[in-house]
Amino acid sequence: MPSIQPHHVINPLIKIENLCKSYSLEDANGRTIMNQVLFNINLTINQGEFVAIMGQSGSGKSTLMNILGCLDTPTSGSYWLSEKNAAALSGDELARIRNRSIGFVFQGFNLLKRMTALDNVAAPLLYAGVSRSNSRRQALEFLRRTGLENFALHQPNQLSGGQQQRVAISRALINQPALILADEPTGNLDSQTSREIMSLFAQLNRDQGITIVLVTHEDTIAAYAKRLIRLKDGHVIYDKNNDRSLRTQ
Amino acid sequence: MNLFSIIGEALRALRQNRLRTGLTMLGMIIGVAAVVLMLSIGQGAQTKINQSIAAMGSHLFIVVPGATSSGGFSFGSGTIKTLTINDAHAIAELPSIGATAPVITGTAQLNYAAKNWSTIITGTTPDYFAVGSWKMESGTTFSESDLRSAARVVVLGSITAKNLFNDEDPVGKTIRITNRPFLVVGVLMAKGQSLTGRDQDDNVFIPITTSERQITGSQFPGSIRYMLAQGNSADDMDIAEIEMVQLLRQRHRISAGKENDFTVRNLTAIADVATSAAKVMSMVLGAIASVSLLVGGIGIMNIMLVSVTERTREIGIRMAIGANQRAILTQFLLEAMMICSMGGLIGVVLGIGGAWLVSQVADMLIVVTLGMIGLAFLFASAVGIFFGFYPAKKAASLKPVDALRYE
Ligand SMILES: Nc1ncnc2c1ncn2[C@@H]1O[C@H](COP(=O)(O)OP(=O)(O)O)[C@@H](O)[C@H]1O
Ligand SMILES: [Mg+2]
Repeated sequence: MPSIQPHHVINPLIKIENLCKSYSLEDANGRTIMNQVLFNINLTINQGEFVAIMGQSGSGKSTLMNILGCLDTPTSGSYWLSEKNAAALSGDELARIRNRSIGFVFQGFNLLKRMTALDNVAAPLLYAGVSRSNSRRQALEFLRRTGLENFALHQPNQLSGGQQQRVAISRALINQPALILADEPTGNLDSQTSREIMSLFAQLNRDQGITIVLVTHEDTIAAYAKRLIRLKDGHVIYDKNNDRSLRTQ
Repeated sequence: MNLFSIIGEALRALRQNRLRTGLTMLGMIIGVAAVVLMLSIGQGAQTKINQSIAAMGSHLFIVVPGATSSGGFSFGSGTIKTLTINDAHAIAELPSIGATAPVITGTAQLNYAAKNWSTIITGTTPDYFAVGSWKMESGTTFSESDLRSAARVVVLGSITAKNLFNDEDPVGKTIRITNRPFLVVGVLMAKGQSLTGRDQDDNVFIPITTSERQITGSQFPGSIRYMLAQGNSADDMDIAEIEMVQLLRQRHRISAGKENDFTVRNLTAIADVATSAAKVMSMVLGAIASVSLLVGGIGIMNIMLVSVTERTREIGIRMAIGANQRAILTQFLLEAMMICSMGGLIGVVLGIGGAWLVSQVADMLIVVTLGMIGLAFLFASAVGIFFGFYPAKKAASLKPVDALRYE
């Protein structure tokens, strides 16, 4: 019996169903109170999408990103990454996914201090079991692609914000992940550098088909993405895809 | 991540904080050095005692005049004259006793050529040398006929011989003892200190008969300072002691209920006490040193805990880029172990140096064995693993998101 699935249906990279996240806090009297941050989120992101998540401060964007990145776990609901149920994976498997399938870019760069740009970029390869010399060789190649080969032996505190972020992006890319998660990657950068970084993301998405999910406050940054999701107080209040080629709804 | 990379990371982390690493290591260095030093002092004491015991002769009794309660165990009380040469002869006939050697002592002025030397003079029988496990450096002991004829012959202790003759061979030469000429018939091999710390090699030995009549003299003819008695076997020491006591009480006509006028001491038993005392001492020293190692270990734990807290964000970043729990655990554990093994290595070297210094300054016998070095090093590594594990575990079990958020 032939398949009746339409040919353009793509297996989702990310599938979130009824996801809730609460933090337990202690009030002044020592009682625990639950603070719910995400409410019944349903979300599907396909391979190759470029998604911007916007929302007020405290609306739960970072919380969502951390769950997407397997750094945190949902309180309820399910999260499927490449058709794998994250809740069913062991700590080692999650570490492996963070290492191979996901690249993180943070607002504060989060480079390892007192380590050269080269060693920072090479670090994920070391955790993947690649030898030190091989990982350094590859790291230099990735730094070259982001135009930083002359800064390979600089330490983070000897680099500008834009340069640091490009080191972080090189690090995120080195294991050739399917997904890049960027939480306010331009938050600490001036507008000129922000534009350069965003062009880099757009180029990675366009040329290599890397799925990118980024959080931002600024409309000009969000404009680089093809799909916009708005969060408000832990609810998805807007989700619109501008990319005709990937429209799934 | 392979082990080499993790070692590299751990080394880098240690280098980044040289001062802290050094101070932590210091705790380990002092601990290990103390253990090596204390163990080597203890081992030295034990070796020394074993040497003295081996030199002393086996299954020996010493019988001294005077009651246990009045005189105690003392060579010094020369006033009591209840023990005689004939007592020694009688005891030698006992089936459980092999030989005896009665001894009288005094001091005498010796002359050879232009040299003067004042030392202890021991009058005894030829059996003395066998009973006391003396070996000859050259010549022979004096003989039974020398004893009978009260001949003017002398056997020199090694130090006395050295002082009078330097490198000259004393055997066959004539020295003067309190101005009387004596023929040197033999020189003894050096023995070192006795269990009681007396030097045994500055001594001269002459027949007891000669001594009594010509050198030391005696108000009470036949009385002796002490006697050595050698049991036939180590198993029969208790029986031998009972037989000796019985015989001496008979000979001294001590009625039942009255106190002995002599004291019998089993030297082997004293040696056993000394040996076990030395063992206890080394154990106590080792325990004291271990405490400093323990303190060093707690120092490591303390520093590693601070380090984990300080580097929480780094741990978060490493987890975000793919470090699993084992990689984090290994990194921190390796850091602790490196501190310990490097500190241990330096400590061993320092401990050996310290032991050498003590042996030079305090003139003590210090014995460093490979075993104790291994023990100290192993103990240090164990301390590193033990006290490094908790902080490392704590680092590894952080939740990635919490570690990343840590300010
Ligand atoms: N570890 C935490 N413990 C308790 N509350 C938290 C924690 N992390 C985030 N929150 C709360 O969750 C809410 C959403 O935070 P976050 O996702 O960081 O917002 P955003 O990134 O959109 O600014 C905030 O109200 C914040 O106080
Ligand atoms: Mg945020």
